[in-house]
Amino acid sequence: MQRLSLDYPAGAPAAARALAGVVGSGDLEVLLEPAENGRSTVAITTSVDGVNDIWTAVIDRIFADADQPAVALEINDFGATPAVVRLRIAQAMEQAASGAGRT
Amino acid sequence: MDSAELLQRESFVEKNARQRVQYLLDAASLRELLDPFERLSSPWLPLQDIVTQADDGVVIARGTIDGVAVVVAAIEPAFQGGSMGEVGGAKIAGALELALEDARASKPVVPVLLLETGSVRLQEANCGLAAIAEIHAAIVALRQHVPVVGVISGPVGCFGGMSIAAGLCSTLIATREARLGLNGPQVIEQEAGVDEFDSRDRPMIWSLTGGAQRHATHLVDTLCDDDSADIRTAIAGAVARPVGNLARTQAVDAHLERLRALDTGRRADAEWAREVMAEEIHGSGEGS
Repeated sequence: MQRLSLDYPAGAPAAARALAGVVGSGDLEVLLEPAENGRSTVAITTSVDGVNDIWTAVIDRIFADADQPAVALEINDFGATPAVVRLRIAQAMEQAASGAGRT
Repeated sequence: MDSAELLQRESFVEKNARQRVQYLLDAASLRELLDPFERLSSPWLPLQDIVTQADDGVVIARGTIDGVAVVVAAIEPAFQGGSMGEVGGAKIAGALELALEDARASKPVVPVLLLETGSVRLQEANCGLAAIAEIHAAIVALRQHVPVVGVISGPVGCFGGMSIAAGLCSTLIATREARLGLNGPQVIEQEAGVDEFDSRDRPMIWSLTGGAQRHATHLVDTLCDDDSADIRTAIAGAVARPVGNLARTQAVDAHLERLRALDTGRRADAEWAREVMAEEIHGSGEGS
Protein backbone atom coordinates (compact mmCIF):
# COMPACT_ATOMS: atom_id res chain seq x y z
CA MET A 1 0.00 0.00 0.00
CA GLN A 2 1.32 3.45 -0.87
CA ARG A 3 0.12 6.99 -0.27
CA LEU A 4 0.64 9.96 -2.56
CA SER A 5 -0.44 13.60 -2.24
CA LEU A 6 -0.59 16.04 -5.15
CA ASP A 7 -1.90 19.59 -5.56
CA TYR A 8 -2.74 21.89 -8.46
CA PRO A 9 -3.90 25.44 -9.19
CA ALA A 10 -7.67 25.64 -9.75
CA GLY A 11 -10.64 28.00 -10.12
CA ALA A 12 -13.61 28.56 -7.80
CA PRO A 13 -14.74 25.88 -5.30
CA ALA A 14 -16.75 22.96 -6.73
CA ALA A 15 -20.53 23.22 -6.37
CA ALA A 16 -21.13 20.02 -4.38
CA ARG A 17 -19.50 16.88 -3.08
CA ALA A 18 -19.68 13.63 -5.02
CA LEU A 19 -18.71 9.97 -4.84
CA ALA A 20 -17.87 7.51 -7.60
CA GLY A 21 -16.73 3.88 -7.69
CA VAL A 22 -16.01 1.24 -5.07
CA VAL A 23 -12.78 -0.22 -3.68
CA GLY A 24 -13.14 -3.44 -5.70
CA SER A 25 -10.67 -5.32 -7.89
CA GLY A 26 -9.52 -3.07 -10.75
CA ASP A 27 -11.63 -0.20 -9.48
CA LEU A 28 -11.31 2.71 -7.09
CA GLU A 29 -13.38 5.03 -4.95
CA VAL A 30 -13.26 8.81 -5.48
CA LEU A 31 -14.55 11.13 -2.75
CA LEU A 32 -14.84 14.66 -4.08
CA GLU A 33 -15.39 17.66 -1.82
CA PRO A 34 -15.27 21.37 -2.64
CA ALA A 35 -11.85 22.86 -1.79
CA GLU A 36 -10.80 26.41 -1.01
CA ASN A 37 -10.63 28.88 -3.88
CA GLY A 38 -7.69 28.41 -6.26
CA ARG A 39 -6.26 25.06 -5.12
CA SER A 40 -7.14 21.41 -5.80
CA THR A 41 -5.66 18.58 -3.75
CA VAL A 42 -5.52 14.88 -4.51
CA ALA A 43 -4.76 12.30 -1.80
CA ILE A 44 -4.27 8.79 -3.16
CA THR A 45 -4.02 5.52 -1.27
CA THR A 46 -3.25 2.64 -3.60
CA SER A 47 -2.87 -1.10 -3.16
CA VAL A 48 -0.21 -1.20 -5.89
CA ASP A 49 3.34 -0.24 -4.91
CA GLY A 50 5.90 1.40 -7.19
CA VAL A 51 3.60 3.20 -9.61
CA ASN A 52 3.81 6.75 -8.24
CA ASP A 53 5.14 8.08 -11.55
CA ILE A 54 2.16 6.74 -13.46
CA TRP A 55 -0.27 8.20 -10.92
CA THR A 56 1.44 11.57 -11.09
CA ALA A 57 1.34 11.58 -14.91
CA VAL A 58 -2.35 10.60 -15.03
CA ILE A 59 -3.47 13.11 -12.39
CA ASP A 60 -1.24 15.91 -13.82
CA ARG A 61 -3.02 15.56 -17.12
CA ILE A 62 -6.51 15.59 -15.57
CA PHE A 63 -5.69 18.77 -13.62
CA ALA A 64 -3.80 20.51 -16.47
CA ASP A 65 -6.62 23.04 -16.86
CA ALA A 66 -6.15 25.55 -14.01
CA ASP A 67 -9.67 26.95 -14.45
CA GLN A 68 -11.37 23.76 -13.25
CA PRO A 69 -13.37 23.91 -10.00
CA ALA A 70 -11.29 23.58 -6.84
CA VAL A 71 -11.75 20.11 -5.37
CA ALA A 72 -10.30 17.99 -2.59
CA LEU A 73 -10.15 14.44 -3.96
CA GLU A 74 -9.58 11.37 -1.85
CA ILE A 75 -8.87 8.27 -3.89
CA ASN A 76 -8.89 4.74 -2.49
CA ASP A 77 -7.48 2.55 -5.24
CA PHE A 78 -7.59 -1.21 -5.64
CA GLY A 79 -5.56 -1.65 -8.80
CA ALA A 80 -7.49 0.53 -11.25
CA THR A 81 -5.90 1.13 -14.66
CA PRO A 82 -5.25 4.75 -15.77
CA ALA A 83 -8.38 4.61 -17.96
CA VAL A 84 -10.56 3.67 -15.00
CA VAL A 85 -8.90 6.40 -12.90
CA ARG A 86 -9.80 9.03 -15.50
CA LEU A 87 -13.33 7.68 -15.86
CA ARG A 88 -14.08 7.68 -12.12
CA ILE A 89 -12.66 11.17 -11.58
CA ALA A 90 -14.64 12.48 -14.58
CA GLN A 91 -17.76 10.81 -13.17
CA ALA A 92 -17.28 12.50 -9.78
CA MET A 93 -16.54 15.92 -11.40
CA GLU A 94 -19.66 15.65 -13.54
CA GLN A 95 -21.83 14.74 -10.56
CA ALA A 96 -20.41 17.61 -8.52
CA ALA A 97 -21.09 20.03 -11.37
CA SER A 98 -24.67 18.85 -11.92
CA GLY A 99 -25.39 18.39 -8.21
CA ALA A 100 -27.08 15.13 -9.22
CA GLY A 101 -26.31 13.34 -5.97
CA ARG A 102 -24.02 10.40 -5.58
CA THR A 103 -23.72 6.86 -6.88
CA MET B 1 -36.98 -16.17 -22.71
CA ASP B 2 -35.86 -14.26 -25.79
CA SER B 3 -32.73 -12.15 -26.00
CA ALA B 4 -34.66 -8.89 -26.45
CA GLU B 5 -36.34 -9.38 -23.08
CA LEU B 6 -33.01 -10.18 -21.48
CA LEU B 7 -31.44 -7.03 -22.90
CA GLN B 8 -34.25 -4.86 -21.57
CA ARG B 9 -33.87 -6.17 -18.08
CA GLU B 10 -32.15 -4.01 -15.52
CA SER B 11 -29.78 -6.21 -13.54
CA PHE B 12 -29.74 -5.89 -9.77
CA VAL B 13 -26.55 -7.92 -9.35
CA GLU B 14 -24.56 -5.47 -11.48
CA LYS B 15 -25.45 -2.50 -9.27
CA ASN B 16 -23.13 -1.60 -6.43
CA ALA B 17 -24.51 -1.45 -2.89
CA ARG B 18 -25.37 2.26 -2.97
CA GLN B 19 -27.05 1.99 -6.38
CA ARG B 20 -29.15 -0.91 -5.06
CA VAL B 21 -30.32 1.19 -2.13
CA GLN B 22 -31.11 4.11 -4.43
CA TYR B 23 -33.08 1.80 -6.70
CA LEU B 24 -35.14 0.23 -3.89
CA LEU B 25 -36.19 3.30 -1.94
CA ASP B 26 -38.99 5.62 -3.05
CA ALA B 27 -37.63 8.62 -4.91
CA ALA B 28 -36.47 11.44 -2.59
CA SER B 29 -37.13 9.37 0.56
CA LEU B 30 -33.51 8.22 0.88
CA ARG B 31 -31.45 9.48 3.81
CA GLU B 32 -28.09 7.78 4.19
CA LEU B 33 -26.80 7.31 7.74
CA LEU B 34 -23.05 7.47 8.38
CA ASP B 35 -22.33 8.18 4.71
CA PRO B 36 -18.83 7.82 3.21
CA PHE B 37 -17.98 11.47 3.93
CA GLU B 38 -18.17 10.67 7.65
CA ARG B 39 -15.09 8.57 6.89
CA LEU B 40 -15.96 5.80 9.29
CA SER B 41 -13.64 3.26 7.74
CA SER B 42 -11.79 0.24 9.11
CA PRO B 43 -9.01 1.07 11.61
CA TRP B 44 -7.56 -2.44 11.15
CA LEU B 45 -7.01 -2.73 7.40
CA PRO B 46 -4.35 0.03 7.03
CA LEU B 47 -2.30 -1.69 9.79
CA GLN B 48 -2.22 -4.71 7.47
CA ASP B 49 -1.41 -2.65 4.37
CA ILE B 50 -4.89 -2.97 2.88
CA VAL B 51 -6.76 -0.05 1.30
CA THR B 52 -10.00 0.92 3.09
CA GLN B 53 -13.33 2.03 1.66
CA ALA B 54 -14.76 5.21 3.19
CA ASP B 55 -18.04 3.53 4.24
CA ASP B 56 -16.34 0.21 5.16
CA GLY B 57 -18.42 -1.49 2.49
CA VAL B 58 -21.78 -1.02 4.20
CA VAL B 59 -24.51 1.42 3.14
CA ILE B 60 -27.21 2.21 5.71
CA ALA B 61 -30.21 4.25 4.59
CA ARG B 62 -33.62 5.22 5.94
CA GLY B 63 -36.49 5.82 3.60
CA THR B 64 -39.70 4.25 2.35
CA ILE B 65 -40.56 1.43 -0.06
CA ASP B 66 -44.04 2.00 -1.51
CA GLY B 67 -44.75 4.13 1.52
CA VAL B 68 -43.56 1.63 4.18
CA ALA B 69 -40.85 3.03 6.48
CA VAL B 70 -37.70 0.93 6.11
CA VAL B 71 -34.04 0.91 7.01
CA VAL B 72 -31.90 -0.75 4.33
CA ALA B 73 -28.46 -2.18 5.11
CA ALA B 74 -26.59 -3.06 1.93
CA ILE B 75 -23.25 -4.85 1.89
CA GLU B 76 -20.92 -3.94 -1.01
CA PRO B 77 -19.91 -7.25 -2.60
CA ALA B 78 -16.90 -5.83 -4.47
CA PHE B 79 -15.10 -4.52 -1.38
CA GLN B 80 -13.16 -7.28 0.41
CA GLY B 81 -15.70 -9.92 -0.68
CA GLY B 82 -18.47 -8.20 1.26
CA SER B 83 -16.71 -9.19 4.47
CA MET B 84 -18.00 -7.98 7.82
CA GLY B 85 -15.47 -5.87 9.66
CA GLU B 86 -15.83 -4.09 12.98
CA VAL B 87 -17.17 -0.84 11.51
CA GLY B 88 -19.44 -2.24 8.78
CA GLY B 89 -20.79 -4.85 11.19
CA ALA B 90 -21.44 -2.25 13.86
CA LYS B 91 -23.26 -0.07 11.31
CA ILE B 92 -25.68 -2.91 10.56
CA ALA B 93 -26.05 -3.95 14.22
CA GLY B 94 -26.60 -0.32 15.24
CA ALA B 95 -29.22 0.22 12.53
CA LEU B 96 -31.09 -2.91 13.68
CA GLU B 97 -30.91 -1.90 17.33
CA LEU B 98 -32.34 1.53 16.51
CA ALA B 99 -35.10 -0.15 14.49
CA LEU B 100 -35.87 -2.28 17.56
CA GLU B 101 -36.19 0.84 19.73
CA ASP B 102 -38.53 2.33 17.13
CA ALA B 103 -40.58 -0.87 16.96
CA ARG B 104 -40.95 -0.95 20.75
CA ALA B 105 -42.04 2.69 20.65
CA SER B 106 -44.74 1.73 18.10
CA LYS B 107 -42.98 3.53 15.26
CA PRO B 108 -42.24 0.45 13.14
CA VAL B 109 -39.33 0.60 10.71
CA VAL B 110 -38.85 -2.54 8.63
CA PRO B 111 -35.24 -3.69 8.18
CA VAL B 112 -34.15 -4.85 4.72
CA LEU B 113 -30.75 -6.56 4.59
CA LEU B 114 -28.90 -6.95 1.28
CA LEU B 115 -26.61 -9.82 2.22
CA GLU B 116 -23.69 -10.23 -0.18
CA THR B 117 -21.05 -11.53 2.12
CA GLY B 118 -18.48 -14.19 2.84
CA SER B 119 -19.15 -13.23 6.47
CA VAL B 120 -16.46 -12.22 8.96
CA ARG B 121 -13.49 -10.20 7.63
CA LEU B 122 -10.60 -12.40 8.66
CA GLN B 123 -8.29 -9.39 9.11
CA GLU B 124 -10.62 -8.12 11.84
CA ALA B 125 -11.41 -11.50 13.38
CA ASN B 126 -13.27 -11.27 16.68
CA CYS B 127 -14.36 -7.64 16.12
CA GLY B 128 -16.31 -8.78 13.06
CA LEU B 129 -17.63 -11.89 14.80
CA ALA B 130 -18.90 -9.82 17.72
CA ALA B 131 -20.81 -7.59 15.31
CA ILE B 132 -22.33 -10.64 13.58
CA ALA B 133 -23.53 -11.97 16.94
CA GLU B 134 -25.13 -8.59 17.65
CA ILE B 135 -26.83 -8.71 14.23
CA HIS B 136 -28.26 -12.17 15.02
CA ALA B 137 -29.58 -11.04 18.40
CA ALA B 138 -31.13 -7.92 16.90
CA ILE B 139 -32.91 -9.87 14.13
CA VAL B 140 -34.37 -12.34 16.64
CA ALA B 141 -35.66 -9.48 18.80
CA LEU B 142 -36.92 -7.43 15.85
CA ARG B 143 -38.86 -10.11 13.99
CA GLN B 144 -41.44 -10.29 16.76
CA HIS B 145 -42.40 -6.70 15.96
CA VAL B 146 -41.76 -6.23 12.24
CA PRO B 147 -40.89 -8.44 9.27
CA VAL B 148 -37.11 -8.65 8.76
CA VAL B 149 -36.38 -9.03 5.06
CA GLY B 150 -33.18 -10.59 3.72
CA VAL B 151 -32.09 -10.47 0.08
CA ILE B 152 -29.24 -12.45 -1.52
CA SER B 153 -28.78 -11.41 -5.12
CA GLY B 154 -25.39 -13.02 -5.84
CA PRO B 155 -22.91 -14.00 -7.05
CA VAL B 156 -20.85 -13.56 -3.86
CA GLY B 157 -23.57 -15.35 -1.94
CA CYS B 158 -24.12 -15.36 1.77
CA PHE B 159 -21.96 -17.56 3.98
CA GLY B 160 -20.66 -18.12 7.48
CA GLY B 161 -22.29 -16.33 10.39
CA MET B 162 -24.18 -14.09 8.00
CA SER B 163 -25.88 -17.15 6.47
CA ILE B 164 -27.33 -17.66 9.94
CA ALA B 165 -28.52 -14.04 9.85
CA ALA B 166 -30.15 -14.82 6.49
CA GLY B 167 -31.82 -17.89 7.98
CA LEU B 168 -33.18 -15.84 10.87
CA CYS B 169 -34.95 -13.37 8.58
CA SER B 170 -38.77 -13.47 8.38
CA THR B 171 -38.59 -13.48 4.58
CA LEU B 172 -35.60 -14.44 2.50
CA ILE B 173 -35.45 -13.48 -1.19
CA ALA B 174 -32.80 -14.84 -3.57
CA THR B 175 -31.91 -15.11 -7.23
CA ARG B 176 -30.63 -18.15 -9.12
CA GLU B 177 -27.16 -16.56 -9.11
CA ALA B 178 -27.14 -16.33 -5.32
CA ARG B 179 -25.78 -18.98 -2.98
CA LEU B 180 -26.52 -19.64 0.65
CA GLY B 181 -24.40 -21.88 2.86
CA LEU B 182 -22.59 -22.03 6.17
CA ASN B 183 -19.19 -22.86 4.60
CA GLY B 184 -18.06 -21.76 1.17
CA PRO B 185 -16.90 -24.35 -1.39
CA GLN B 186 -13.18 -23.86 -0.86
CA VAL B 187 -13.50 -24.19 2.89
CA ILE B 188 -15.41 -27.46 2.49
CA GLU B 189 -12.88 -28.81 0.02
CA GLN B 190 -10.00 -27.87 2.30
CA GLU B 191 -11.61 -29.58 5.29
CA ALA B 192 -13.20 -32.63 3.65
CA GLY B 193 -11.05 -33.25 0.58
CA VAL B 194 -11.57 -32.77 -3.12
CA ASP B 195 -13.28 -36.17 -3.48
CA GLU B 196 -15.99 -35.03 -1.10
CA PHE B 197 -16.43 -31.56 -2.58
CA ASP B 198 -14.73 -30.13 -5.66
CA SER B 199 -14.73 -26.35 -5.29
CA ARG B 200 -14.11 -25.94 -9.04
CA ASP B 201 -17.28 -27.81 -9.99
CA ARG B 202 -19.58 -24.81 -10.34
CA PRO B 203 -22.72 -26.66 -11.54
CA MET B 204 -22.44 -29.02 -8.54
CA ILE B 205 -21.94 -26.07 -6.14
CA TRP B 206 -24.96 -24.18 -7.46
CA SER B 207 -27.04 -27.40 -7.52
CA LEU B 208 -26.49 -27.72 -3.76
CA THR B 209 -26.25 -24.14 -2.48
CA GLY B 210 -27.71 -22.02 -5.32
CA GLY B 211 -30.84 -19.92 -4.97
CA ALA B 212 -33.08 -22.31 -6.93
CA GLN B 213 -32.13 -25.29 -4.74
CA ARG B 214 -32.48 -23.28 -1.53
CA HIS B 215 -35.94 -22.23 -2.70
CA ALA B 216 -36.95 -25.81 -3.57
CA THR B 217 -35.85 -26.91 -0.09
CA HIS B 218 -37.74 -24.04 1.62
CA LEU B 219 -34.68 -22.23 2.94
CA VAL B 220 -35.51 -19.32 0.62
CA ASP B 221 -39.06 -17.95 0.43
CA THR B 222 -39.05 -16.10 -2.88
CA LEU B 223 -36.97 -16.85 -5.95
CA CYS B 224 -36.49 -13.93 -8.35
CA ASP B 225 -34.72 -13.46 -11.64
CA ASP B 226 -31.85 -10.98 -11.65
CA ASP B 227 -34.31 -8.27 -12.56
CA SER B 228 -34.31 -5.09 -10.47
CA ALA B 229 -38.06 -4.52 -10.89
CA ASP B 230 -38.91 -8.12 -9.84
CA ILE B 231 -36.64 -7.94 -6.83
CA ARG B 232 -38.08 -4.59 -5.76
CA THR B 233 -41.63 -5.98 -6.10
CA ALA B 234 -40.70 -8.99 -3.94
CA ILE B 235 -39.14 -6.73 -1.29
CA ALA B 236 -42.10 -4.31 -1.34
CA GLY B 237 -44.44 -7.27 -0.78
CA ALA B 238 -42.33 -8.63 2.07
CA VAL B 239 -41.99 -5.34 3.99
CA ALA B 240 -45.77 -4.81 3.88
CA ARG B 241 -46.59 -8.33 5.12
CA PRO B 242 -47.81 -8.77 8.71
CA VAL B 243 -45.54 -10.52 11.23
CA GLY B 244 -46.22 -14.25 10.99
CA ASN B 245 -44.97 -17.69 11.94
CA LEU B 246 -41.35 -18.45 11.21
CA ALA B 247 -41.11 -21.99 9.91
CA ARG B 248 -37.36 -22.12 9.54
CA THR B 249 -36.01 -21.17 12.91
CA GLN B 250 -38.85 -21.68 15.36
CA ALA B 251 -39.78 -25.26 14.54
CA VAL B 252 -36.48 -26.57 15.92
CA ASP B 253 -37.77 -29.98 17.05
CA ALA B 254 -39.32 -30.77 13.69
CA HIS B 255 -36.07 -29.90 11.91
CA LEU B 256 -34.01 -31.99 14.34
CA GLU B 257 -36.31 -34.95 13.89
CA ARG B 258 -35.89 -34.76 10.14
CA LEU B 259 -32.11 -34.53 10.41
CA ARG B 260 -31.92 -37.47 12.85
CA ALA B 261 -33.79 -39.67 10.39
CA LEU B 262 -31.18 -39.05 7.67
CA ASP B 263 -28.92 -41.84 6.46
CA THR B 264 -25.60 -40.04 6.91
CA GLY B 265 -23.76 -42.83 5.10
CA ARG B 266 -25.34 -41.73 1.87
CA ARG B 267 -23.68 -39.06 -0.22
CA ALA B 268 -25.99 -36.06 -0.40
CA ASP B 269 -26.88 -34.64 -3.78
CA ALA B 270 -29.29 -31.98 -4.94
CA GLU B 271 -32.13 -34.36 -5.75
CA TRP B 272 -32.01 -36.17 -2.45
CA ALA B 273 -31.93 -32.86 -0.58
CA ARG B 274 -35.11 -31.84 -2.41
CA GLU B 275 -36.74 -35.15 -1.47
CA VAL B 276 -35.81 -34.90 2.19
CA MET B 277 -36.87 -31.25 2.46
CA ALA B 278 -39.86 -31.45 0.12
CA GLU B 279 -42.31 -30.50 2.82
CA GLU B 280 -42.10 -27.09 4.37
CA ILE B 281 -42.10 -27.34 8.15
CA HIS B 282 -44.64 -25.02 9.67
CA GLY B 283 -43.81 -22.71 12.54
CA SER B 284 -45.10 -23.18 16.05
CA GLY B 285 -46.77 -19.80 16.21
CA GLU B 286 -44.43 -18.04 18.62
CA GLY B 287 -43.68 -15.51 15.95
CA SER B 288 -46.63 -13.23 16.42
